[in-house]
Amino acid sequence: MILTAPLAALGRSTLALLASIGRVAIYAAQLLRHMLTPPWYPRELMVQILQIGWLSLPVVGLTALFTGGALALQIYAGGSRFNAETVVPSIVAIGIARELGPVLGGLMVAGRVAAAIAAEIGTMKVTEQIDALVTLSTNPMKYLTVPRVLAATLTLPILVAVGDSIGIFGGYLVGTTRLGFNPANYLHNTADFLETWDVVSGLIKGAVFGFIVALMGCYHGMNSGRGARGVGRATTNAVVSASILILAANYLLTGLFFTS
Amino acid sequence: MIEIASLHKSFGVNNVLQGVDLTVESGTSTVIIGGSGTGKSVLLKCILGLVKPDSGTIKLDGEDVARAERDAFLAKFGMLFQGGALFDSMPVWQNVAFRLLRGSLKRPATEAREIAVEKLRRVGLTPDVADKFPAELSGGMQKRVGLARAIAAEPQVIFFDEPTTGLDPIMAGVINELIREIVVEMGATAMTITHDMSSVRAIADRVAMLHGGVIRWEGPVGEMDSADDPYLRQFITGSADGPIEAVR
Repeated sequence: MILTAPLAALGRSTLALLASIGRVAIYAAQLLRHMLTPPWYPRELMVQILQIGWLSLPVVGLTALFTGGALALQIYAGGSRFNAETVVPSIVAIGIARELGPVLGGLMVAGRVAAAIAAEIGTMKVTEQIDALVTLSTNPMKYLTVPRVLAATLTLPILVAVGDSIGIFGGYLVGTTRLGFNPANYLHNTADFLETWDVVSGLIKGAVFGFIVALMGCYHGMNSGRGARGVGRATTNAVVSASILILAANYLLTGLFFTS
Repeated sequence: MIEIASLHKSFGVNNVLQGVDLTVESGTSTVIIGGSGTGKSVLLKCILGLVKPDSGTIKLDGEDVARAERDAFLAKFGMLFQGGALFDSMPVWQNVAFRLLRGSLKRPATEAREIAVEKLRRVGLTPDVADKFPAELSGGMQKRVGLARAIAAEPQVIFFDEPTTGLDPIMAGVINELIREIVVEMGATAMTITHDMSSVRAIADRVAMLHGGVIRWEGPVGEMDSADDPYLRQFITGSADGPIEAVR
């Protein structure tokens, strides 16, 4: 009994994990079906674009600015070991556009948006507002989930694009003020080495991360337990699962995009 | 008319409903009483399709609700939730006019607002409440707004889930009176769940007691006090001694 207990625990958590994956997959499939069939709520979509996209700009912008600056310092320090300090502009640009822009942007939005969505929908569930929606002939999936997921999927690439620009600008600021780069040369190097696909791949990642963030927020909110504790747990689960899924999806997408 | 036949619902090992049979005639007001956790809310939620029953049938005017077209079916219902369940992200008038601002009953915003203000007046609230947010209102006012929302689209059937819970006795009396007036005025079928006996006497035409997953007693409100069912007697008198366990 004592010997098999750890195995039983392992089995239980594996089954629970598989069941959760199944439930999320079914939820996502239902979501896609509702996305394609009317009624749609354009007003709700606009509100969510504002909430998720516009209001995340400061967080994403500041994250990108400091990351770009730190990246420039690191690459300069690392590059100087083999006299390759001149690669700073191009590596900053590629690093930000391909990886750090979308991933850090996605993670910051996961912290801000997935938590907010899970807490809001979880509270609505606990206070019977979701039931009230149903009795008022409104499908919560269409009214709450679809606008949020659509808004996050559409706005995250834009946030990533803005973040990329600010991140590269952060590198430029550090490069020209602290590392002695000539401003014109820095910009020239950035533009020369950055390819369209570097940027586009990052934007596609952004859209996928946006989908994940809102999906996790809505899923955990809708499945929130009772009371303040239930909503708290739903919020934590939303942020943790969105962050892990973003990192996993990032690995898969990078493999898909950049290995031949 | 709502006809419920041998309705069963379990949550895990907890058999909440174990064969509920109940008929509610059109235009009458039935109050379902029973202790906490006896499945009164589950019964209402089964009728509305918010909870899927394990077995049994529910018919509205002869039509099986499981096969009915959802939107058309739900358009016949209004519900006042226990905590009001008002949408806190929108002002009061949009809460009341929710159904009138979207979906099949959609109409221009100005007209929907006029109807909302009219319904608010009907439940005793002044038009200046219309632009406030639910969080700015007292518990009694929230209940009134919930009531206004439930009646906004003139439903045939109205459900009241513990309408007086959390209110002081005077406010509870006012809400009871309001419910009675509105139900009579609209000619609607009403189903109320409560454990407040003053509500029962004010609202009910008929009373049904849910205990042990079945309807234990059912009859006109006038016969309730003279009924000799020991469970009903204990519930009405609020005694700790009797067949119903005090610790549940």
